[in-house]
Amino acid sequence: MSAAQVFFYLFSTVMIGSAFMVIAARNPVHSVLFLILAFVNAAGLFLILGAEFLAMLLVIVYVGAVAVLFLFVVMMLDVDFAELKQGFLQYLPVGSLIGAIVLIELVLVLSSWSASSASVGAAGAPTPSDVSNTLAIGRVLYTKYVYFFQAAGLVLLTAMIGAIVLTLRHKPDVKRQVIADQNERDKSDVKLQKVPSRAGV
Amino acid sequence: MDIGLNQYLIVAAMLFTLGVLGIILNRKNIIVILMSIELILLSVNINLVAFSTFLGDLTGQIFSLLILTVAAAEAAIGLAVLVTYFRNRGSIAVEDINVMKG
Repeated sequence: MSAAQVFFYLFSTVMIGSAFMVIAARNPVHSVLFLILAFVNAAGLFLILGAEFLAMLLVIVYVGAVAVLFLFVVMMLDVDFAELKQGFLQYLPVGSLIGAIVLIELVLVLSSWSASSASVGAAGAPTPSDVSNTLAIGRVLYTKYVYFFQAAGLVLLTAMIGAIVLTLRHKPDVKRQVIADQNERDKSDVKLQKVPSRAGV
Repeated sequence: MDIGLNQYLIVAAMLFTLGVLGIILNRKNIIVILMSIELILLSVNINLVAFSTFLGDLTGQIFSLLILTVAAAEAAIGLAVLVTYFRNRGSIAVEDINVMKG
């Protein structure tokens, strides 16, 4: 077995195993940690496939941001997780039946599938052989797919505004600065008072 | 056995099945449901990158980039909704989320 084969089987076995533990672990903190493991192994698979940029992006975005967000929420919420785990066994028979059927059908279709020879020449953005993966992605991302890139930015902007609006809380008993009220004041509203020395107001 | 496109597609199919199974089994725990959705999106990403490599087309990796963006946005919004819901109700049980009776 070549090194690529060994690493393919290693990464995919650990990834499938940790994905199973994500849905089977009793403690959601363990689930999040197994999710991180699954994403790191998927990044390894991307490296074998030659998509170095996406592999590093997966580590940065998922392990660095999304998984920490999950950990933060799981640890912040004070929830009885043992109670939420109830019903797991109740859905197990029908769930594993559906899962087995879906998996068998997908494997039957995918194990014999192959690309048509006509589709090979029809690449929208053929992979150049002389430049690195990141440079090649940059060359098409900012030219041919620039509108997709802008749309992705809009999606992130919407998510950011939505998350802030949902979680921002105004407490009624806290005094806040109202800039309109400050600008509205003139000299007649202000009362000057002479304070005697060492006497207070 | 040589590692070809089909091996990657089968690994992605297994990951997808585990994600669907996670949604079915953990019906009460919305945090695990969100994580299962992340697993499903990851399997889609593996599919796209595998196709991109074996067919010599960079478009798949661009698409994978966009799916990564949407997945991050979805996680952020979903967790924000979860935090707001927990603040209002004091629990995150899925079957309590029917107050709107839509």
